[in-house]
Amino acid sequence: MGMITESKFHVLAVDDSLFDRKMIERLLQKSSCQVTTVDSGSKALEFLGLRESNDPNAVETHQEVEINLIITDYCMPGMTGYDLLKKVKESSAFKSIPVVIMSSENVPARISRCLEEGAEEFFLKPVKLADVTKLKPHMMKTKLKKEGEKPSEEENATLKPVIEILPLHQELESEQHESSTLSSNKRKAMEEVISTGRSRPKYNDITTSV
Amino acid sequence: MDTLVAQLQRQFRDYTISLYHQGFLDDQFTELKKLQDECSPDFVAEVVSLFFEDCEKLIGNMARALDQTGNVDFNLVGSSVHQLKGSSSSVGAKRVKGLCITFKECCDSQNFEGCVRCLQQVDIEYKSLKAKLQDLFNLEQQIVQAGGRIPQVDI
Repeated sequence: MGMITESKFHVLAVDDSLFDRKMIERLLQKSSCQVTTVDSGSKALEFLGLRESNDPNAVETHQEVEINLIITDYCMPGMTGYDLLKKVKESSAFKSIPVVIMSSENVPARISRCLEEGAEEFFLKPVKLADVTKLKPHMMKTKLKKEGEKPSEEENATLKPVIEILPLHQELESEQHESSTLSSNKRKAMEEVISTGRSRPKYNDITTSV
Repeated sequence: MDTLVAQLQRQFRDYTISLYHQGFLDDQFTELKKLQDECSPDFVAEVVSLFFEDCEKLIGNMARALDQTGNVDFNLVGSSVHQLKGSSSSVGAKRVKGLCITFKECCDSQNFEGCVRCLQQVDIEYKSLKAKLQDLFNLEQQIVQAGGRIPQVDI
């Protein structure tokens, strides 16, 4: 008795592939999150209560659904994960919700674009349990905010994202502004490395700004 | 004296290890098993089943696209290969994934013969994996029916 059970974090997962939805849902459930899955960016916006007109009044009335994190696939027909990210970050009501992008492709320019637009993390598929446990701190931020403790903008900017790329970290550190000019040879090599199924070493302590 | 359960467990262990060593499965399959628990006791079987359904559907799409002699839409084939590569990667189907990488290259270079060869190989490979995983699941069932626990196999 006397134990306070914290309400679970609620994650909105967006992916057009049924298979991937099933995977991410289980991963999140296994990490004790409540999960809602949708198959498109527009359905995600609908779920959040964001209308296309961006009418601020309409948005305010849909606060009953508290989402602590949005995790979305990048490549989706219609609205991409990037488009969804932008819409969320442009919305006054929802821009504080952390967004994580997933992709099966290791494209440095894509990754930096997403991070610059405000994504907290970029996960390479297949997403693993170890990746999902990284989400907790981001979701905690939203809970803290709810308690009136709003972290300053500066503080948010210094929370550097960890990039889930295997061999790229060395290149990134030295070529921060040249990610888009990486040769296709390197890219191919990266893909091959990713594809061999080697378990990725953890780069938790490397904060790389892109 | 070996009990039936012990024999079955040993068979299960050996078979699992051989699937990894022969390159049918990789560590992503191990990740899948981590997601199975009392809340989701059939998760691996469900996901694997979804994967094989995907294989059938996507291979069908690719075959149809490649059948359009003189008018093959390599982008269409490539996009199906991309999807198959994604799901095989998520499931730990190492050989299928490897074939998809080669297949994608053939699509990108619009190599018709290469694509046809890859398609045949992917078809054979997924069916082979399907049969092996079925054998593995059967072993699991036998162990449980004999009153034993499915052993944790560390690769």
